[in-house]
Amino acid sequence: MAEADPAPLPLEQRRPLSPHLLIYKLSPTMVVSGGHRVSGLFLYIGTLLLAWYLLAAAGGAHSFQTASAFFGSFFGQLVLFGYTFALMLHAVGGVRHAIWDAGKGFEPEERKKLAWGSLIAAGALTILIWVAHFILT
Amino acid sequence: MKQSSLKSPLARVKSLGSARSGTMHAWRLRLTAFALLPLTFAFIVIVVSLAGRDYESARALLGSPGAAILLILFVGAGIWHMTLGMQAIIEDYVHVEHKKVVSLMANICFSTLIGVAIIYALLRLSFT
Repeated sequence: MAEADPAPLPLEQRRPLSPHLLIYKLSPTMVVSGGHRVSGLFLYIGTLLLAWYLLAAAGGAHSFQTASAFFGSFFGQLVLFGYTFALMLHAVGGVRHAIWDAGKGFEPEERKKLAWGSLIAAGALTILIWVAHFILT
Repeated sequence: MKQSSLKSPLARVKSLGSARSGTMHAWRLRLTAFALLPLTFAFIVIVVSLAGRDYESARALLGSPGAAILLILFVGAGIWHMTLGMQAIIEDYVHVEHKKVVSLMANICFSTLIGVAIIYALLRLSFT
């Protein structure tokens, strides 16, 4: 692929690229679009924590205590809170994309409402989960 | 850009023909996303009810058939979904061919490793 590496050509000889993030004014749809990708990335890395916790539980009482102590610590709870929000944002984002896949919600006002609605719903679900957690423990 | 032929990029791609698998990535991403909605709900319920448990009762929950089956399904669908998602990210940002190929391989290897490790742990919790 000759066009794979644009670096060797001087700037004025390169093919024009479409405008990117730094050109456009920040919009709610851009925030949730980027948020969807970034939250997906965090969830990807977060599987390491799930693997650690479950392997520790399978390993025996001693390793379980170590993992449990981490997740129960302030830092551990902070990580889990962030993980919860990433999971909710990504799940709600999936629903938003399903609506768009169905060909609905493309009008400017609808797009804006869907974007803000995703952020609010993800925040509300995160808080709901943690309230349930604190009530149960 | 080095142009080795007078054909436009579109004409070149067209003559390469379709492998008839163009929508498989999008289809699998949506299939796993659809499955993950209820499975994520189950995952949250299980994790919230794990909080604050001691070793014995945590093991009892994780080793119970309902929780184990739902967690294995969640991890199976989730790992598959995240492999596809990371593939899209790599294809968007990594344009140097050898780096792209290595990244795509690393993505599949990492995801498989994590997936197998988690399912191994869950089976061990169920059967020992």
